[in-house]
Parts: sequence; structure tokens; C-alpha cells
Amino acid sequence: MADTTETPGIAVQTDLIGNTLDNIRRSSEYIVIPLLALIVAGALFSVFLLALGKSPADFVALVWRGGFGTSFSWQNTLVRATPLIFTALCVAIPARLGLVIIGGEGALVLGGLAAASIAIPMVDWAPASLLLGVMAIAGCLAGALWIGCVGALRYYRGVNETISSLLMFYIAVSILNFFVEGFLRDPSDPNKPSTKPIGAENMVGAIPGTDLHWGLPAGVALCAVLYLLMNRTTFGFAARVAGGNLRAAQAQGLPVGRLMVISCAIAGACAGLAGFFEVAAIHGKANASLIAGYGFTGILVSFLARHNPLVIIPVAIFLGGIAASGGLIQRRMDLPDATVMVLQGLLFLVILVSETFYGSLPFFRPKRGTS
Amino acid sequence: MSVAEAMTPRAIDVETIGMTKTFGGLTALDDVSLRVRPGSFHALLGENGAGKSTLVKCMMGFYQPTRGQVLVNEMEVSIPTPRAAHALGIGMVYQHFTLVPSLTAAENLVIARAECPKVIDWGRERKELNAFLETTPFKVPLDMPVSSLSAGEKQKLEILKQLYLDQRLLILDEPTSVLTPDEADEVLGLLRGMTEARDLSILMITHKFREVTAYADDVTVLRRGRVVGGGRVADLSVGDMSRMMIGETEIRESASRTEQKGRTLKLELAGLFADDDEELPAIEAISLKVHAGEILGIAGVSGNGQSELIEVLSGQRPLQDGRIFIDAKPYDPERQMMDRFKVFGFSEEPLHNVAVPRMSVAENMAFRSFDKAPISPVWGWLSPLPMRNRARELIAAYRVKTPSTDEPIENLSGGNVQRAILARELSGDVDVLIVANPCFGLDFASVAEIRAQIMDQRNQGAAVLLVSEDLDEILDLADTVAVMSEGRVSYQSPMENTDRATIGHAMAGHH
Repeated sequence: MADTTETPGIAVQTDLIGNTLDNIRRSSEYIVIPLLALIVAGALFSVFLLALGKSPADFVALVWRGGFGTSFSWQNTLVRATPLIFTALCVAIPARLGLVIIGGEGALVLGGLAAASIAIPMVDWAPASLLLGVMAIAGCLAGALWIGCVGALRYYRGVNETISSLLMFYIAVSILNFFVEGFLRDPSDPNKPSTKPIGAENMVGAIPGTDLHWGLPAGVALCAVLYLLMNRTTFGFAARVAGGNLRAAQAQGLPVGRLMVISCAIAGACAGLAGFFEVAAIHGKANASLIAGYGFTGILVSFLARHNPLVIIPVAIFLGGIAASGGLIQRRMDLPDATVMVLQGLLFLVILVSETFYGSLPFFRPKRGTS
Repeated sequence: MSVAEAMTPRAIDVETIGMTKTFGGLTALDDVSLRVRPGSFHALLGENGAGKSTLVKCMMGFYQPTRGQVLVNEMEVSIPTPRAAHALGIGMVYQHFTLVPSLTAAENLVIARAECPKVIDWGRERKELNAFLETTPFKVPLDMPVSSLSAGEKQKLEILKQLYLDQRLLILDEPTSVLTPDEADEVLGLLRGMTEARDLSILMITHKFREVTAYADDVTVLRRGRVVGGGRVADLSVGDMSRMMIGETEIRESASRTEQKGRTLKLELAGLFADDDEELPAIEAISLKVHAGEILGIAGVSGNGQSELIEVLSGQRPLQDGRIFIDAKPYDPERQMMDRFKVFGFSEEPLHNVAVPRMSVAENMAFRSFDKAPISPVWGWLSPLPMRNRARELIAAYRVKTPSTDEPIENLSGGNVQRAILARELSGDVDVLIVANPCFGLDFASVAEIRAQIMDQRNQGAAVLLVSEDLDEILDLADTVAVMSEGRVSYQSPMENTDRATIGHAMAGHH
């Protein structure tokens, strides 16, 4: 350990190639481990299918056809992936601060409700662009306030953010029900209690030539922006310091409380946007259909992506595809709808277990030791 | 548990032959042979990482040696588990307490037994315990919860527990690190008495030469996993032993203390109160003054409020009452004020306290500068290239050994992590320096380097507040010494008017 006598300083100039190889070796860990986790989860799920007397090969083939086989299935996949991107961001941003927020669904629900509610008085006079702008802002604000509260509770009162965000999801659902079954209920709709629709002419349109709405490009852009925020700004740096070691952040005098609340608010705004797009591009109104579980699948997406905003995009599409194939699987394999949920649950468990392997597998360590 | 045979000499003879232990490619122990003669007090000296812990873990059955044997009373034995070690009469007292704080001493002793009865007959147990206590020189109140015992009493209870379990070779891992000098002398003196009565053999890991010369019969010195010397303590001088420990590594000369002209008050703590994690008062009415060009050393046994004081000063713990002043202006440990008053600091276990283990060396070195030009050329923007360049300069200037600027800092060795932090905190102008146990767990070369850096800062006019559990460090560096006991400053004196014994008594408090 008394290593001061040896040549100090960096060895960069002397062997650039060895260094690059080491870097590749080290970063390959972040691809190989999740891939292995996927394979293990697939194997466990195959056992489950075999126990039911079904063929795993058929299952894979159907997922491929239902999620990625045709342009129709691709569109279905991407439509489902869109809210997953937003809700995954709701997990990924606080995760950089070491916070585990699992109540993104609540922010999504309230974001959707806020967007739909603010539209009611404006629908009659406002042009579509203004209406949608205001709705988006309302959705963001509602989500930001909701998850921002979770961050504030955590920092100022020490309330566990995982528990509080989950419990606040139930409150959010109750608030939604209170309003859509109460004085925001559209009396002209005899079916599901809903808010007054914003009208087909005011909806977010499709990208020309497709059935996809603009939520997907918006989500992709947001991922890029938040990636830059976390990796190329002083805010992101401070957040990573606080997430990596709270004591170190405090010793640097960083405003940890403000970082937590702002990160949570950004996260909530992302989930709120998901709610906005669900209302403004899919349902046209707020009702119980908003509670579709996207917020919870988003947790899985973010963990699979290791909370990296750029990786969230392909992972959301992957899981969107599995979800999209659910109907086909149900019909062709005579399996219940929940089968896909079993797969998701297995994936999540295996991913959580795989987290413990980072840094402990000797293969990924640099060949040249440091001590 | 029988106490009847206490009359016959029962100390055991333990010997290791050619102990070798490799972890992957790293050889932690290389052909180590040593013998603890029955009834002897054997010291095991070595720097951090020299292999002392690995050796005793092999003897205790926590590790299996790659090669080599353990002989007990000249018979080869196998020690697959700690339980097997206990059965052979080998017991260990750890550096930190392993007692259950909420239970009484008596309860702790009884539950420590390998075959603790399902139903405990306390009447009988108590009689046996009292009979057992008669046979030992250690006296500990049996009916108080362990949490209300002093550190010295807890350490005695740890030793009693091993005796109660009838262990006849005690391995002690730096047993005095949590004790005051007086308590340390008492405990070691009693143990010495037991070895002289041939009741016990002792193998003690230590790095304090004073304890070796005063109490040990034999010594073995390890360096980089090998035995580099040893023998009868009586035949060796402290200089001999320290040369064995350090080897040919060059040690930086300690910077000489320059005279400071004038005394400008720099840092003033006025009546600080703060609570610990259980919301009980941890520090009470701490008032201290540190002048420019002065090192104020705060001594004290671990757990008397020093860590809470440091946390308050570095913003890791809220202040309940009181104020901190720098240059007679109120100071709060917030980023802007830290920059304005040029307040810096570092502490023991940097990966736990002041660094982010998973972030790179370059990022960790930028904690003070990431929001200022050139790393942040435009407000809010962060530019990685100047960050790496700056890190490169600092790595060269502070001789940090790292494969690259992008290496996660947790992969560096302890000394190099601390040097990286030093580079971050000391490379600019420093007016106030707050340091806690900066050399804890580091090798000699790093220790000398870090102490010299602290002295340099003092000589350049920084006001240094140094908290250390290592009394030698305080004696070496401080201009003024203060002692903390039970959350208060119990003693304060200029260094020239005091000595080790006086400070030691103050550390013990008044009870």
C-alpha cells in the first residue's frame, strides 16, 4: 500500500491502447449485465410457460409479430412506448439523487386531470395551439407540484420518498375520481364518468404519414434535454454529487434540499406531460382510463436503462412492444392478459438482483491495478 | 464452564508456519511464521495493509490460508471456522465493540456462550459469574446496561467475555484505540499480569510503539505480507522497529513550525450546541478561537462529540444553538460563504465523508471548482475538458497514483484517495482549514506527507482546526490543544504549557 515511491502521475501517454481497452472492458459491463439479466428473466419465464404447457418459442414469435413484426404493430408499440418514456424519466431523474420515486402514476393522473380541467373553460374560444400549450403547462405544473411535494417531504421531514410517492398515488386517484364523478363530470356522457372532451379538432394530431401522435418525438427530445441537464450542467453535477454521497455534498455546501425538490419537480413534470399526452392525444378527456399502469411500468423501464435518459428510449420501445403484443398472446395462446405482467415482474426482479453484480465481476476490472 | 482448574498454568502455545494467503493475484500474506510462547505477550506490528488482519483472520478461521499451518501446543490443527478457533481456545477482541448495548454485562456474557441454554436459570448463572469474576483481575459492574458503561469498561467486558468463554490465546486488534491513555495502561497492565501468571497468551495487533515497549515480551513486524523482523522487545529499540515497519520508503521530513507574527483571530465558535442522530445533545456550549497561523488540536476519546462538531462545521449536521464567526462575521457552512471565507477541509475515510466513490477522480477533484470558470464557462454549463485538464495538473502536483482521470475514485488506494482530496482542498488560497483524523488508516509515507501539508498551510497563515483521536498527531502538530469530553471542551492550553499525561487525564473526564 505504500505506493508513493513508485512513479506517480497518469500513464495515459504511455499506453493509450491499453487504456482504451480497459475503458471498453469497463463500459461493456453496462451492456453485458443487463443482457444477461434479460436472458435469465427469459429463462425463468420460459419455465413458467412450460409449466402451463405452452411453448416459449411461440411466445417469442408472437411478441415479435405483435410488437415489431409489421408497421401496424410498430405503431402500436410506439404509442405504448410514449407514456413509458415520460414516466421512466420521472424515476430516472430523482434516481440520480439517490431517490427512488415509484409514484409517477399519480403525477400522470393529476397531470391529465389538470390538463383536461383547464381546457374546459377555454375550449369554446381558444385556438387549438394556445389550448394545447396551456394544457401542457397545466399538466407539467400539476405533476411537478405533486412529486415536488414528495421531494420536500423527504428533505425537510425525512419522510421516505418511496412510500410517500406510492401513497400519494392513491390520493391522486381519489382526487381524479372526486372530480370526474363530481362537478367536472360531463353530464352528456352516459358511460364512463369523464370530464368534458376537448374536442377532436383540438387534439394533438398525428405525425404525417403515420398514426403516431407528437408525444413520441417530444419524449425523445425531452430525454436528450434531460441527458444534457444531468451530464453537462452544474445542476446535474451537483445532483450527482448529492446522489452519490449526501455527506460529501453537504461538506461542499451544496443546497441539497433545493436539488432534491427541483429534481423531483422536474420528474413530476415529465409524468404530468405523459398525462397531458394521454388526454390530449388519446382519450380527449380525463377519466379512469388514465390509470393504465404506465407509471409503474416506467419504473421498470428506468431501472432497465440504469436511469440513463438516452437508454430509456430503446428500453421503453422494447417494453412497449411486449405490452402491445399482449392482446395477440391472449388470443393465440389462450393465456390470460396478466401473463405479460408476470414477464414484467420477473424482469424487474432479475434486474434488481443484477444491480448487485456491478463492480464485483473480475472480468470487467482493468487489467492494470491501481494498488 | 469450569473455574476450578484456574490454578494450573493454562496459557496455550500457538504457532503459525509458512502462512500464505492470496486473493486473486494479490498476495496478502507471504510465508509468515510466528510463535506466541505460552504465557507471553506478543505484539504484531505493521502498517495498514501489511497483512496483520489477514494473518489473524486466518488464525481465527475467517479465512482459509492458501498454504501454511497453525500449531496449538505443538499439534497441527485445522481451523475451518471461528467456532473451531474458539474450541481450541483462541479468542479475539475486535477494534470495535461487539457487545449488545441494551443488555447488561451479565446478559452479554451468558448469551455469548456457544451452547446458551434455552431457559436461563439466572440465580445459578449469577453465582457462577461471580465465582468466575473472582478468578480474574477485571472488575465490571454486571447489572448495568452495556450502553451506560465507559469505553474502558466495555473493553474490559470484551476481554472478560473471551476469558469467560475460556479462551487461552487472546488476539487483540488495536484494543486501545477507543481508550484514554490511562484506561489503555490499566487494561494492558492487567492483561500483562495475566500473562505473567501464565493464565493467558496474547497476540496484540498495534501500531503504537509505546505499548509494545511497555507491555510486550516479543514482537513480530510485518511489511507487505512478509515477516521483516522481530524478536525480544528488550533487544530492540523503537528506531529498529520503525525501520522494519517502514522499510526503505522515503518519508517526508515534517515541515518545521515557523514563528507567526501577531495573532489575528480568524475562526471563532461561540456556544455551539448540536444533537446526535438520536436527538440527544452531542455537543454543548463549544466555544473555541482559532487564530491565523495557528493549529488548534482537539483531542479526545472517540465518541465525545468530536465527529458531531466537525459535522456542524462542515454543514453535515444542523446547529441547534450558537454561532460560527470568521473574521468576526457570521458564517454558515454554505457554498457561497465557503468560497468567500476560503474555508476548506478534509477528514478520515474520505470515500465516506467528502468524496463520491463512483464518480471519477477528475469529477471528485472538481467539487470545489465545477461551478466556476473555466470548468463552467457559461452560467450553469459544465465543460468536461477543462475539468480533466485541471485534474491532470493536480494529479501531477500532488503525486496521486491513478490509471486515468476517469477512473472511479473508489478504485484508488486509501493514500491516493486522500491525496486527491488534499489536492482539491489545498491547491488554492486557504484561510480556514477544518480537518478531522486526516491520517486515519494510512501508511507512514502518506501520514508524513499529509501532516507536512497541514503544517505548510499553518505556516502560510491558515487557521487550522484539527480534530484527532490520535494524541501523537495532536502533540506533533498543534499550537494549542483543547480536549473534548462528553460533548464539552474540558481542557484547553497552549502546547508549551502541557504534556501527554495532563491531556490524557483531561480526556478521561472527571468521573
